This record gives sequence, C-alpha cells and structure tokens, in this order.
Amino acid sequence: MTDTTANASHFHAHEAHDAHHDADHKPGFFARWFMSTNHKDIGTLYLIFAIVAGIIGGTISGLMRWELAEPGIQHLTTWVGQGKTMDEATHLWNVLITAHGLIMVFFMVMPAMIGGFGNWFVPLMIGAPDMAFPRMNNISFWLLVPAFLLLLGSTLVPGGTGNGAGTGWTVYAPLSTSGSSGPAVDMAIFALHLAGASSILGAINFITTIFNMRAPGMTLHKMPLFVWSVLVTAFLLLLALPVLAGAITMLLTDRNFGTHFFDAQGGGDPVLYQHLFWFFGHPEVYIMILPGFGMVSQVVATFSRKPVFGYLGMAYAMVAIGVIGFVVWAHHMFTVGMDVNTKMYFTAATMVIAVPTGIKIFSWIATMWGGSLTFETPMMWALGFIFMFTVGGVTGVVLANGGIDNEMHDTYYVVAHFHYVLSLGAVFSLFAGFYYWFGKMSGRMYNELLGQLHFWLFFIGVNVLFFPMHFLGMDGMQRRVPDYADAFADWNKVASYGFMLMAAGMIVFFVNIVVSLLAGRKAEGNYWGEGATTLEWTLSSPPPFHQFETLPRID
Amino acid sequence: MKTLHKLFAVAAAFGMVPAAAALAQAPAPSSGAPGPAASAPAPAAPGSATTPGQAPRDAISAASQASPAQPQQVSSDGMQTGEAPSNASVAASTMASRATPTPGIGQPDGRAGLQDQVTPIGKEAAWFHNKILMPIISIITLFVLVLLLYVIVRFRRGANPVPSRNTHNTTLEIVWTLVPVLILVAIAIPSIRLLAHQYSPPRADLTVKVTGNQWYWTYTYPDNGGFEIVSNMLSAEDAKKRGEPRLLGVDERMVVPAGATVKVIVTAADVIHSWGVPAFWVKMDAVPGRLNETWFKVDRPGLYYGQCVELCGARHAFMPIAVEVVSPAQFRAWIASKGGTMPGAAKPKSPDATQNSPVENPGAAAAATTQNTAGGSATETSPEPSNISAGTATPPVSSQGAAESKRGN
Repeated sequence: MTDTTANASHFHAHEAHDAHHDADHKPGFFARWFMSTNHKDIGTLYLIFAIVAGIIGGTISGLMRWELAEPGIQHLTTWVGQGKTMDEATHLWNVLITAHGLIMVFFMVMPAMIGGFGNWFVPLMIGAPDMAFPRMNNISFWLLVPAFLLLLGSTLVPGGTGNGAGTGWTVYAPLSTSGSSGPAVDMAIFALHLAGASSILGAINFITTIFNMRAPGMTLHKMPLFVWSVLVTAFLLLLALPVLAGAITMLLTDRNFGTHFFDAQGGGDPVLYQHLFWFFGHPEVYIMILPGFGMVSQVVATFSRKPVFGYLGMAYAMVAIGVIGFVVWAHHMFTVGMDVNTKMYFTAATMVIAVPTGIKIFSWIATMWGGSLTFETPMMWALGFIFMFTVGGVTGVVLANGGIDNEMHDTYYVVAHFHYVLSLGAVFSLFAGFYYWFGKMSGRMYNELLGQLHFWLFFIGVNVLFFPMHFLGMDGMQRRVPDYADAFADWNKVASYGFMLMAAGMIVFFVNIVVSLLAGRKAEGNYWGEGATTLEWTLSSPPPFHQFETLPRID
Repeated sequence: MKTLHKLFAVAAAFGMVPAAAALAQAPAPSSGAPGPAASAPAPAAPGSATTPGQAPRDAISAASQASPAQPQQVSSDGMQTGEAPSNASVAASTMASRATPTPGIGQPDGRAGLQDQVTPIGKEAAWFHNKILMPIISIITLFVLVLLLYVIVRFRRGANPVPSRNTHNTTLEIVWTLVPVLILVAIAIPSIRLLAHQYSPPRADLTVKVTGNQWYWTYTYPDNGGFEIVSNMLSAEDAKKRGEPRLLGVDERMVVPAGATVKVIVTAADVIHSWGVPAFWVKMDAVPGRLNETWFKVDRPGLYYGQCVELCGARHAFMPIAVEVVSPAQFRAWIASKGGTMPGAAKPKSPDATQNSPVENPGAAAAATTQNTAGGSATETSPEPSNISAGTATPPVSSQGAAESKRGN
C-alpha cells in the first residue's frame, strides 16, 4: 500500500482532469463487454444478469402462486404438455420449486449483491482503481453464464419421473441420487459447481482487494460498512462453498460412479449429505443478507445526514454473525433424528445470532435518531427492510427452538420466515441499493414517483403474499406441495392476490428503469448531498472509466 | 403494518386451553363393543369385512403363534388380557366404527394459529409457543415499529433540520446487547425443558414401526404379531363419500389405543420422507438406513391427520397420514381384525419376553415379521432397505397398484 501513496495528495486537483483524458477511454463494444477487466462494467454485467435471472425466477414463483391459488391441480397438467401423466405434472411442480430456489439464491441475490454492487462500489468506496485481479473478475462473471444455462437446460432433459431436476434446492440424497435418474440432476449439480467456482474466485478477489488496495489512510476501521459487509461475506463464501462443492461432487459420484457416500445400502448415510449441505447452507443465508446489511447502513446514514451510530459495533456484529453462522447449521435438520444434546446445543447457538442482529437493528434506529430524515425511495426500502427483517428475525427465533421446530419444520411457517428475511430482507436491500446508486451507475436519476409507487406496491404485495403463510404453516400446511387440503384455500388465495400486487410493483420498477435510462434527469456527482460521505460521491456520475489514478488520501 | 400486528395478536389468541380436559375421558367406553360409534354409518368400507369369522392372514397368524406372553402394558381397565376376542364380532364392529373426523380437531381448518394439541408434549409446546414466544416476538416487533414510526415523525427533516453528530452511547449499546441476551435466556429455559420432555418418553405401551415409501406409508405392529398395513391416500371421490377431507383421508389408518404411550419407529424404504401429525406435535424424518424414534400419547379418541413433510418426489403431496385413536377395546378388536394378537393373548412358545420391541430384540422381531417386507428391524442399525430399487429409476406408476395388492383383508 505504501508504495502507491506518492501522489495521493494531488488527488483532488486531478479528479476532473482524469475524466477528460485516457481515464475515460473505453474499448469497443465486444472488448468492453465480453473481455472486460473493468470492475464497473463487470458489475453492470452482473446486475443485468441478476435482473434477467430475477425475471425468470420471479416468473416461476408466479406460476407457482397461480397453481396454488386454488386447491386442486389446475395448471400443471396444461404446462407439462399433452399426453403426460399426472406424475409428470407434479414432478414439474418439483422442478419449479427447485428452479425458483436455485435461481433466486445463486443467480439473482448473490450476483446482484456481491457481483453487482460489490464489484461496482467496493473499489470506489476504498479508493482503489479497480479490483485486485481484473481478469479473474471477468472469469467470475462468465462462469455464471454457463452455470445458468446448465440449470435452465436441465429442465429439458429427463430427471426421473419427468423432465428436470425435482429435488428441491437442497438436492437431498437419496431423492437426488437413486430417486432421480437421467441427466437433469447431474446438470443442476454442474450448474452449482460452476456458480460455486465463480463465487469462490470472486471472494478471493474481494478479500485481496479489500486487504491490499485501500487508499492511504483508509484503515480497516474507517472502511464504509458496505465494504465490511462484503469482506465478511467473501470469507463466508471462501469457507462455505468448497464444502458444497465437495458434497455435490459426492452426489455426482454416488449417481454415476457407484460410490455410496449417501446410500444406506452401501454403508453410507443420507444424513451426512444434509450436514455437509447445511454447513454450507447456513452461511449461505448470511452471504445473501450481509451485503444487504451493508447497503442499508449506507442508505440510512445518507438519508439521516448523520454518520452510522456505533460503527465498530455494526462492523463486528457482522463479523460475529459470520462466525456464529458456521456453527448453527443443524437447526435446518431438527427433525432428522438427532440426539437431544445436539438439539439443545443447536437451539442455544442459533438463538445467540439474535444478539448481533438486534445490535444492528437498534443501531440503524439510533443512526436515524437525531437525524434529519428525508424519505426518498432508497430510504423507504431501507426502512421497509429494517421492519420486515425484524419480523423475519423474530420468527427465526421461534424456529430456533428445536422443540417448536418439530411442529414448524418444512411447513409454510418456514417458507414465510425465510421469505421475510430474503424476499423482504435481501430483496428490499437490493432495491435500496439499486435506487441509491442508480444515478451513480447510469448517470441518470430514477423517477421518484415511480420509485415510491414501486415501493408501496411491492411492500404491501409481499406482506399480503407472505404473512398468511405463517398461518398456513401453524395450521400444518407442508412445503413443496402443488395441492393442499381444502382448509388451506383461503390463506392461499390471499397469498396469490399478494403476488399480483407485488408483480404490479415489479412492472413499475421496469418501467422506471427504462424511463430513467432514456429520459432521466442527469445525475450530479453527489446527488444525495451532505449525507453521502463515502468516496464514490467524490466522483462524477457515472464515474470515469478508470477512477482514482491518483489515489485519494483519507484523513 | 398495524393489521399485521392484529393478525399476530389473533394468532396468539389461539392459545391452548390448559390441558386437563382430555385426560378425564381417556378410556371412555371401557368394555364390550364400542358403543355409539358402532352405529355410525360406514357406507363404503373398503373391501369390507363382511364375512364374520374371516381368517386372518396366514403368515401373520403363524407369527402370532410365536408371540410370547407379554406383561400387560396398555394402561386400561377395558383391556381383557386373558381372552382372545372373537373375530366375528370385532371384524364387524371395527369396520362399522371407523371414526369420522371432528371439525377443528386433528386437521387443518384455516385458522391463523396452531392446531389444537392432543398430546402432553403438544400442549406444553403450544403453551410455550402461544404464551411465551408469541407475546415476546409481538412485543419486540411492535417496539421496533414504534421506534421507527417515532424517528420517522420526530426526526423528519421538517421537524429536525439540523442533524446531531452523536454516534456513540456506550450505555445504550450495552443495554441493547444485554437485554436481548436476557430475553433469549428467558426463552431458552422453557425451550430446553420442552426438548428434554420430548426426549424422555414414558415407558412405551405399544410400538408401531412406520415406513415411508414412494408414495405411501406402511405401519407394522411388532407387539401385535408383526402384521403390516399399507396406507394409501383416498381418491377425492372416496374421501367425499366417507366424509373425510380431500388429500388427508387414507384407506387404512394407523390405529392406536387412547391413553397409551405409543413408540413410533420411523424409517423409509426408498428416499427420505417425514412422518408428521400436527395435532400430536410429532414430526420425524423417515431416513433409509436409520431407525428414528419418537412417541406420542393421546387420550382423546378421534381421528388425526398429518402429511409427509419431506420432499420425496412426484407424489409428495399425496401421501397423507391418518391416526385413529380408539378405546382399548376397539383397538383390541381392530388388532384382531387385522389378524394380529394382543401381547399376552397367545401362549408363549419361547421364554423370551423382551420381544416387545424389534429394536431391543432383533431376532425375535425378525421371527415375528416374516411376512413383513420392510421387516428390516432385523438389524438394529440398518433396516434392510428392501424396497429400494436396485437401479436408479424410481418406480413412477406401479407403487400404488402394488400397494393395493398387498393390502390385507
């Protein structure tokens, strides 16, 4: 770091100058978008990718809500095509839930948060010219594309009862081994391998960048909280994903090469797969939410016009969540037949996570306390995030109790819980970040009215959609079913109406993007004013193609 | 957002009535044929036992001969230990007494809360959920909501144009760390106690082995001669005809006596399933290669529904569970109608008196379950997963048909 500090003090003098010279020289279209080494372009590619994947994953959830709107099987038989059996139709259901889960986790939330906003803003916020390994950054993105194509392609090839992988996103053995013949599950596994490799490379890149490329004076304890969140997330990725890769490789060999890791007939154990999967899977849920925490911290501080309250507590709460996140995995498996002491441990350890999470919630409120609040669209999403994440968090405390989970496990209560923390948590933070930085990334401001309309439609929609699922779960409706007992009809109908509201909100969102890109007001360098204090606001909107050729110095 | 909290409050209001009520009525019709239930209409009993004195399945009766004397465990005065019931009367009476579901009990009814609990564990857990957890999480959520609304109003730019620069308050930070810790400890105490209770069942009066298959359940009664019943979902038409809810009714129910502690051994023959009955607060994964154990004790006779709760393939939604809790006399009659025996009813052929559980005495259990395809209880840790197809293909169509043909009576 020290060898790059020579000219740092000239930074302000050179900023405007940079934008006009070779710093803003862009390569031709193909070279720029297909062979990119520029963190901002790669970030843009990730965001476009995530939006496309989000449209596909969201459409699938629409199909599912359509089928679930009424008891009985109305549409699956149509969708699966002529001449197919009812089993193939219900297998299609399992394919839909599997695809929805995998797409939203691996191809929407993760690419948007880490690949998209992480790539765009980590270098900007730490005052670095680019990521540490720009070419590796490129391969990280381009591994995702074949991964996604493999996953989509898997729906076209046989997967046991019908076409596609119908194992759920957890790919539990033996349903995913002896229970699913045909190449579909193999393709889905390869998709996960590639997506995992992409994320591991990205994680290495972020860790290196954050440790080695901070501008002079930017100590770890001066980094913006979004950078902290990406740093913690990168470590989680680096430690968790290899375990997933190992587990699904064992699935592959069980499926194709006669091993018996998860096959009881050969001395293996199906539960081993679940331990391996959830050792990855639980950190994964924090991977999906931690960058959101970071973005919400930036947004709340900006629109409160006040620095974040309890900065160190906020940063180390994320570290604590990351660490504890590795030792609670078996709460996903409370009904698998566990020793009572194991269950007690995982109950207690899981509840501990509520403490650092509570610190974050209260610190956000304390940040706003005494502030001078305005309620532009990003702030609305951040406020929505704080409240909805609280709701999802407290139902998480309910589920943490092994004795209570006995009733709730694999019911809609769990579905409600994780959609509150993901669809109303992670996704809200993504929208907060998107509206917050849209002008910075595109150079044009979003339409405030459409942004507010989007927020309110989506906010009301997802609550109508997911809140009744708590009731369905408490009443005993199990997950992953295309048809349900008639008693569940009313709340399911309500949920499906909620989906329509949410979908209307999404239409407003896309209209907003198009309108803003075409005719939006030109964005200034720092369009949020005094509250926006991080380094990206010292640059033009959009920033020059290469920024910080002269490093900024942080006091 | 306020409505959300009203809804939360509604959910909380579905509290459990402090137990007690059900305990009194445990072994209600204690002796003789089941009283009022016998006259209940049973229009289309499946392949019904119209022949009085019908012989039980051969293999089972053979096995039952080998069944040794048992110390009478089922705690009920209505149980006559010494005397085998007459097949003629019981066959007729059990078929006729097929219970019909009670609305609001043992099945979902669209409420915004937990199903009524009928087991001691379920009552304790529902109390913990409704009286401890729901109030705590509702208060926390409301507290956060009120704080948010307060700062939104009080510190909006119009009301507070000059922001403070305050970013630290050590006391406050310690408080909002320690108070959640205390709340969690308060939750953890009843939570850990509940777990301990779940894992310390009373001595079992009856053991039933439950095997998940794609896509039906089988129930084996090792204490009663080791016969097996195959439980398939009723079609929508059949369910309607019998007055049972669609997707929940089954042709052959798991039948247990009221007031008895039932040990349930859960395993699977192909992929992972999960055996769960919400009204019992019981859910246990059925994992091939493992014998999981859980238990329940229901005092109130009646019919309780559950479903498979682990994704198990195309017909995951269509393998319901129905547990019928009957008086001990009815249970005995039902056992006889299935060709089983009550422990102690048959003369012992071997001095081995530990045969009660297949887990504790593999050899004897194997003898008792000769006809039982999933009699994998023969080995303690690895039930013979005989139904796992050697190849990789799942049998997509045949299993229900196969199940039909296997079904007794």
